[in-house]
Amino acid sequence: MKKIYKIEVDCAACALKMEQAAKKVEGILDATVSFVTQKMHVEFDENAEPEKIMPKVLKACRKVEPDCEIEF
Amino acid sequence: MKRKQKKLLYRIIVAGILFAILMICEHGSESISGWTENTWLFAAFCLVPYLIIGYDVLRKAVLGILHGQVLDENFLMTVATIGAFALGDFVEAVAVLLFYQIGELFQQLATAKSRKSIADLMDIRPDIANLESEDGTVSEVDPSEVPVGSIVVVRPGEKVPIDGVIESGTSSLNTAALTGESMPRDVQGGDEIFSGCVNLTGTLRIRTTKDFGASTVSKILELVEHSGTKKSKSERFITRFAQVYTPAVCLAALVLAFLPPVISLLMGHEALWGQWISRGLTFLVISCPCALVISIPLGFFGGIGCASRCGILVKGSDYLERLAALTTLVMDKTGTLTRGQFAVREVRAVSGDKKQVLYYAACAEKDSNHPIAICIKNACETDVSAVEANITERGGFGLHGTLADGTKVAVGNARLMQEQGITGFTEMPADEVGAQTVVYVAKDGAYLGAICIEDPLKETTPAALQTLREAGISRMIMLTGDGQKAAQAVSERLGGLEYYAELLPEDKVHRVEELIGDNDAPVGFVGDGINDAPVLALSYVGIAMGAMGSDAAIEAADVVLMDDDPMKIALARKISLKTLRIVRENVIFALGVKGLCLLLGALGLAGMWLAVFADVGVMVLAVLNSMRALKKPKETGE
Repeated sequence: MKKIYKIEVDCAACALKMEQAAKKVEGILDATVSFVTQKMHVEFDENAEPEKIMPKVLKACRKVEPDCEIEF
Repeated sequence: MKRKQKKLLYRIIVAGILFAILMICEHGSESISGWTENTWLFAAFCLVPYLIIGYDVLRKAVLGILHGQVLDENFLMTVATIGAFALGDFVEAVAVLLFYQIGELFQQLATAKSRKSIADLMDIRPDIANLESEDGTVSEVDPSEVPVGSIVVVRPGEKVPIDGVIESGTSSLNTAALTGESMPRDVQGGDEIFSGCVNLTGTLRIRTTKDFGASTVSKILELVEHSGTKKSKSERFITRFAQVYTPAVCLAALVLAFLPPVISLLMGHEALWGQWISRGLTFLVISCPCALVISIPLGFFGGIGCASRCGILVKGSDYLERLAALTTLVMDKTGTLTRGQFAVREVRAVSGDKKQVLYYAACAEKDSNHPIAICIKNACETDVSAVEANITERGGFGLHGTLADGTKVAVGNARLMQEQGITGFTEMPADEVGAQTVVYVAKDGAYLGAICIEDPLKETTPAALQTLREAGISRMIMLTGDGQKAAQAVSERLGGLEYYAELLPEDKVHRVEELIGDNDAPVGFVGDGINDAPVLALSYVGIAMGAMGSDAAIEAADVVLMDDDPMKIALARKISLKTLRIVRENVIFALGVKGLCLLLGALGLAGMWLAVFADVGVMVLAVLNSMRALKKPKETGE
């Protein structure tokens, strides 16, 4: 299952860090952050529930980039 | 400018003014030696603009350390400026943060601008649909709520919300957002039209043939949204590079700050701690990888944005890079190089009356839907639909029969003429036939004439191939299912284009596999998306053309040309070359300047000022350079 989320991040290096942090969250197969389009593409595990996982993703991203936002 | 950026701008202005005052004060005072009371006062004054401009950097640095994220740019900036403070270089510390923030602001504005130009493309999303109910009343609804087969009213100035067929009304459509073509397209009842076009002149009633999700506009938006996920090799390289680069430079800074003084001490000389630590800090400021990390995706994004505006959809920066790497391009003939529609090229009449030849051919073909029949009927000036006739179709030969007025007609190939014993019949010589299909016409057993039909080349095909050749595609190959003769004739008209004829769809796959070979040669393929999805998927870059409304093509291809102009293939290639050149310039420039500054910094020839330029200046220049990728390359030449 793939979903796209709108994000807010200020620099390209931060976007990379968010991407790596998001990938490590349980239930997520792959994540790509495009700094330029300000979008996060997330591929979830088949049985995963995005509503439950996305708060964890945001938390993980905030750790590496305190100012980032993800709309979900 | 968003609120966040405005706030940053104000902070920059305030800190900038304070900074200018400090500069004057510092210049006026004696050079500071030792920590006197005045020094403390001056340091306190410097702290004001320092905190105004840098409090968020300091905060992020502290949070970063708490979360185990050392070595990010905030950390580097914090360490470098605190170090500068400790060494008594107060003004420089402020300068570093000030310029760092100017760079940040600039980068945010530049990315916002290039994002906006993409957003302009996104402007094709229709907001409402005017749904007409059965009793004739019209109500505004969300396009996604319109069922297939319902009637939608599109007034002048509105976007066509959903793909459909025109029920009534005539108008012209602006398809620029989809195809990049600025000439409006005239449409009338019965025409198929695509969502995303803007209705210009008349009100149209459209019967929808798809729901919103399956409509052209949704497909395109989906494609653009996803274009960020396929990262190019250069992007992946720079990501990996940045991961190694920053720690390496930090380590080097540490070594530079402490090793020479220690050695110096051991050798019995003065340690010069201040000087070496200062050099180490300079190193830290230079080390920020930002210019690299930002300018590469921004360049690619600009290239993709530019392509989108020209009606070329590239599914990711990866494919833009691949497009630039192509040396061989394989092209399908029908629908790509040629129009894919038959047209009457020449009519020959024994008696000289060409209209008569066309008329009797049209009468015989009146009930046939074969492409050749349709093109003959289109070429005939008289409407034959009312003519009554008793026609027999002979598969592989043609048609023959009797019209209502008793006239006997026979229309078909040479075999039919011979079988029917037509008098005065002579077959056209092979060298005159060339790539054409010839239909012979006879009336009452006597030979009347011949109609030459062909699938003509698109007008821009020769110029497109020429431009592609100039843009570095050294080998171009045409594939076709047509016979040798037809293929040869087309090839000759295109300056002896290499070709393979009489190919079944699976033969095309084998041909392309052969060309790719064992060493994965970069072979691109251009097709119209009909029957060639496997080849599109197989090739290094699959380009589908004329994709308006064709889902299969949009899905299988890496690059989608919205209209069917072969010139767009050449344009796509040029955009890719230009983008790659800009990206390469940025990488070389950023690495070069940084490397040079690191060297000068280590030797003590470059101070904090140059370090700031190396970081912010390079980033700003790289961003500016990336913006060039948004501009469309010139039609001809490089």
